[in-house]
Amino acid sequence: MPSPDWSVSTDVTDLARVGPVTDPSPAERSTIIRDGLGVGIATGVYGVSFGAVSVAAGLSVLQTCALSLIMFTGASQFAFVGVAATGGAPVSGALTALMLGTRNTLYGLKLAPLLGFRGWRRVATAALVIDESTAMSVTRESRAAARTGFLTTGLTVFALWNVFTLMGAVTGNQIGDPRTYGLDAAVGGAFLALLWPRLADRRNRFVAGCAAAVAVVAVPVTAAGVPVLVAGGVALLAGLLTPTPPERTEPPGR
Amino acid sequence: MTWLAILGAGLGCYLLKLTGVSLPERVLDHPVVERVADLIPVALLGALVAVQVFADGTQLTLDARTAGLAAAAVALSLRAPFLVVLVVAATTAALLRMAFPAW
Repeated sequence: MPSPDWSVSTDVTDLARVGPVTDPSPAERSTIIRDGLGVGIATGVYGVSFGAVSVAAGLSVLQTCALSLIMFTGASQFAFVGVAATGGAPVSGALTALMLGTRNTLYGLKLAPLLGFRGWRRVATAALVIDESTAMSVTRESRAAARTGFLTTGLTVFALWNVFTLMGAVTGNQIGDPRTYGLDAAVGGAFLALLWPRLADRRNRFVAGCAAAVAVVAVPVTAAGVPVLVAGGVALLAGLLTPTPPERTEPPGR
Repeated sequence: MTWLAILGAGLGCYLLKLTGVSLPERVLDHPVVERVADLIPVALLGALVAVQVFADGTQLTLDARTAGLAAAAVALSLRAPFLVVLVVAATTAALLRMAFPAW
């Protein structure tokens, strides 16, 4: 056996990181595009619920559309208007939205080496870093496939999310008291639906339960909007206090 | 004030995305950073569910929203899509309010 050639081995590691040289076949490419469009349409359409909930919370149609255009990250947007709906100060809503937005920083860290966008392309595509575009690109095996998944999903969600936000806001403005239609209950349902997939993990269930309990206890003693921020401290505490799990090289007893 | 919060939080959320795609990936190597980053959405969403359903200003109440949340949980456990979950929660609360206007 000849000794390993380091230049080749480094090259292989690099390729494993950014993907193999083989680009996706036309068939794979169209599957990626179809999946991206499917997820994009399913997600974009629920912009209608955000639009309706946002005007019900007292924001104007223009403010609602500005949130979808500039913030463009569903959970943060729902949080912002959710805090406004319970009478919280705009600052509390903004802080909650920003804390939820840190999730996208994490996605960006994982996506950047895979997508390899530079310069103005990076600045422009950063806006599209959300749950769905990450999910549809982070598992791809080549850079071309990852970019296709990311851009198809991200752009479809962006276009439809904004169109449907406007539709929801305009319709929501005309239906009268949102409580009659249970729109306030829909917001709680929206947060639960966003949380649901994360509850498969036992530690997450515990943290979510503690955060909910802390928030409920804080409701009577703090200003509206603050309980959620206080509960954010639970995440910090839990993250600092849980011991680092051992490396998962040997699954214990399974 | 609301506009300021919208523009500030909107721009801030974009900058959080841009920071992510601009920093080296090894920032994630610190286990505490990764864990806290994972747990923040879980804690905030848990708290948002609770506040959205049980708070009325600075008072705690049980009303039609609680039933809406329970219905949403049932829909989610049946793997209903997002929009269906919202419609189920809203319809449940709306029907209860129609039957018991005090809720």
